[in-house]
Amino acid sequence: MKADVLRVQGLVVHYHTSLGAVKAADKISFSLKADERLGFAGESGSGKSTMALAILRMIKPPGRIEAGQVWLDGLNLMSLSEEEMRQLRLARIAMVPQGSMNSLNPVMRIKDQIADALRDHGAAMSRRQVAERVRDLLQSVGLRPEVATMFPHELSGGMKQRACIAIAISLRPKVIIADEPTSALDVVVQKQVMETLARVQKELEASVILVGHDMGLVAQFVDRLGVMYAGKLVEVSPVRDIFTKPLHPYTQMLIASLPSLEQKGTFRGIPGLPPLLRDLPPGCAFHPRCPHAVDRCQTDEPLSREVRPDSWAACHLLP
Amino acid sequence: MRRNISLVVGIVLLSGLVLFVGIGHLVVDTTKARALSATPLQPPSFKYPFGTDRQGRDLLAVMVAGTPLTLRIGFIAGFLGVGIGSILGFVSAYYRGKVDVIIRGIADIGLTVPGLLVLIIIAVSIKEGLTVDQMALIVASLAWLSPTRTIRAQVLSLRERGYVEVARLSGMSGPGIIFKEMMPNLLPYLAATLVNAVSNAILASVGLEVLGLGPIESPTLGMTLYWVNYNAALINGWWWWWTAPIVIILVVFLGLFFLTVGLDEIANPRLRRAV
Amino acid sequence: MTTLLEARHVTKVFGGGMFDRNATVALEDFSLRIDSDRPSITAVVGESGSGKTTLARLLLGLVTPTRGQVLYGGRDLQTMSQTDWRAFRRDVQVIFQDPYEVYNPFYRVDHVLTTPVAKFKLAGTKAEARAVIDDVLKAVGLRPEETLGRFPHQLSGGQRQRVMVARALLLRPRLILADEPVSMVDASLRASILGSLRKMNVERGISIVYITHDLATAYQISENIVVLYRGSVAEAGDVELVVKQPHHPYTQLLISSIPLASAERTWTAEAVAGPAIQTAGTTGCKFADRCPSATSPCLQAAPPLFQTDRYRAVACYLYQGTPALSMDNMVSVFAGSGKTSPVGSGGTSMEP
Repeated sequence: MKADVLRVQGLVVHYHTSLGAVKAADKISFSLKADERLGFAGESGSGKSTMALAILRMIKPPGRIEAGQVWLDGLNLMSLSEEEMRQLRLARIAMVPQGSMNSLNPVMRIKDQIADALRDHGAAMSRRQVAERVRDLLQSVGLRPEVATMFPHELSGGMKQRACIAIAISLRPKVIIADEPTSALDVVVQKQVMETLARVQKELEASVILVGHDMGLVAQFVDRLGVMYAGKLVEVSPVRDIFTKPLHPYTQMLIASLPSLEQKGTFRGIPGLPPLLRDLPPGCAFHPRCPHAVDRCQTDEPLSREVRPDSWAACHLLP
Repeated sequence: MRRNISLVVGIVLLSGLVLFVGIGHLVVDTTKARALSATPLQPPSFKYPFGTDRQGRDLLAVMVAGTPLTLRIGFIAGFLGVGIGSILGFVSAYYRGKVDVIIRGIADIGLTVPGLLVLIIIAVSIKEGLTVDQMALIVASLAWLSPTRTIRAQVLSLRERGYVEVARLSGMSGPGIIFKEMMPNLLPYLAATLVNAVSNAILASVGLEVLGLGPIESPTLGMTLYWVNYNAALINGWWWWWTAPIVIILVVFLGLFFLTVGLDEIANPRLRRAV
Repeated sequence: MTTLLEARHVTKVFGGGMFDRNATVALEDFSLRIDSDRPSITAVVGESGSGKTTLARLLLGLVTPTRGQVLYGGRDLQTMSQTDWRAFRRDVQVIFQDPYEVYNPFYRVDHVLTTPVAKFKLAGTKAEARAVIDDVLKAVGLRPEETLGRFPHQLSGGQRQRVMVARALLLRPRLILADEPVSMVDASLRASILGSLRKMNVERGISIVYITHDLATAYQISENIVVLYRGSVAEAGDVELVVKQPHHPYTQLLISSIPLASAERTWTAEAVAGPAIQTAGTTGCKFADRCPSATSPCLQAAPPLFQTDRYRAVACYLYQGTPALSMDNMVSVFAGSGKTSPVGSGGTSMEP
């Protein structure tokens, strides 16, 4: 029975704008076991990136974590001071943020950027030790040692992304959060980067949270998959069950809309539009687009329940 | 309002100045701005709140009469400069090719020549007394150089935008695209450039005037400073004479500066798109 | 003339001349023909650097070819008259990838619809114009009252893209060039946009050239496919054949790398080829440096197209047992072409 390495309970994040409060993430609860790969799939505006940032307490104003608890190995992250949180980031829980390959410092060599992270967290290492560590890290992400002395613009997209992964794992964190790590990469390079991530995870015996909008990509990588819609976590199940027995109508319709390579079919999109996060409909956020909506869906917000062992979903229509 | 303090401060300062001039014209007798209107070299008193200068000018009247003149030079030169600069910048950037090379070449050469020197040469060559409007035209002759370059740079990036391509594919012609597609998106930037140009024009004109190359008869701010210099007011301790024009010039420049900063914030597309 | 739009041995080199080492050969000796007698849907699939965007711009006349010609109704775009250009702009429409960039933030979305109506004189009065616009908006599944009068930032990416599709329909084109029309749109909205495109083809007889990196949507919407790799055709033909039984090693690599949204793990196999090494001006097959089956002939000269099936051609020496096919005739492997003998007045032949 593996212990939960990360537990999130009732996380709520609002962005306060002049037009009202944007409910970017609403009552998100889930747990992450050791050595597990958990994925969060959702379209734009579903709240997945917000949730990832909130776990690391990196939400900046006008955003604010309104409520919720996050436990990392039993330690309550919400109770820590800013300084304690800063030391925890990268050392115990690391993130490969969206577009990180474009956020590498263009005037610093790769080895210096990695060393930066090491030194900043007080790793008392001699120059030689740092150089060795950098070489080891580059090797574990499949980059040649020469890359250490290169600048970001000399690397291809895939190589840059792997360098970002190297920075993320430099202090051997227990949890790695990857937010859209392969967007803007070609599909062949994408696979290589994900394979790198998988290998790195195994070496570190860490857990990975993968956030993305590409259902296929997330599905091929993770063990369990959470589906997000309008800031809410509508379903979390083992990945096989998500595709063979999807519970939530949104999940069902989303899967049906994805183009397959097996067979030509009709195009079945989800009619309507995702709701504005500052003006959510009452009751279930999906009910205006749901073909099975009943009266109750318009008034009561469904709560997430364990419908099957290890399968959670928030829908009134489920037993 | 809280979001753009600079703009507010700029508007407040300039409005204050406008009020000063407006109310001043109603309250003060501007004929006293001429020489021999009052007892010379009086420090500020109830009768002459700004004091008088050596030629017997009521300095309050001078300020009230002169400020709008200085501003006028600035505005005429600024508008002409940005107006010409816009046309040249748009044409140069949109059509590229030989036209671009010529316009850009002239602007670049012009920008390397010291502006003040050219203005001095021009001013000195004019034999008869200079009027305020002639002053404005002299300053305007160089005021278009920098706006041409900066506006050209903006248009160069704008012409690569998707919507410009769509407009071209929808059958729009060059001038149509310039005026209907690109210009509206550049209005905040043009406004900021205009304010900047006005500011520079005022600076140039004051510079020329202090050197004695301005309209001698007019009580502009720069001319007042010329007389201050000429009469060694600083050494002689007639502090009220140079305090008034300097304070007003300060207010003008600070007002225009904050206005520019405020408009720049609006012109920044990232801020503009946030609804 | 039954040929609507044709690229004839088109090569496009960026930066420097043909023999400058710093030059990038974006597209090399490419030919494609869209005939007007039968509305087709052709997909052009490639990753970044494949030349697909360059091809789109060449076909639209936004870029001139370094060698070869682009012909509209048999006339070279470079030498066409103004009247011909206007006709061209009516017959060939485009949908761009970015639904954000294509809107002028200063105007409401109506602007992109009213401009072509005005410039091409599609309506006499304001009421007529409004009727025409309402008609195309409804054809793409949008409600005019919810769409018109809004600013671009008030609509979602999917809605904006659908307005662009509506715009493309205004001029009653015979060909729509869709350059990654759904890659910046959410997954659940993609299907409806692609459905609209298919409807255009079926109901209004509009041919579509669908350019994308996403093989899955290409498979779903098209009948014919061309796979590009670094400016050259790797494989072309019936989309069922190419996708289900890929012959070219690159096509195989591409398909095996696609993560399927399904319960099975298809991503188990290790990559069949190494990473691309940037080499400019290579002679020989462009995929040779990564190909597990590369032999020395592959490095000497680029392989021609070999017709391995009635409806498929592969540019790979692995298949040199099958009859060679000239680039001019690549379209003969497309479904519905029914031709196997050379057509056209013998265009310029290219020496490698």
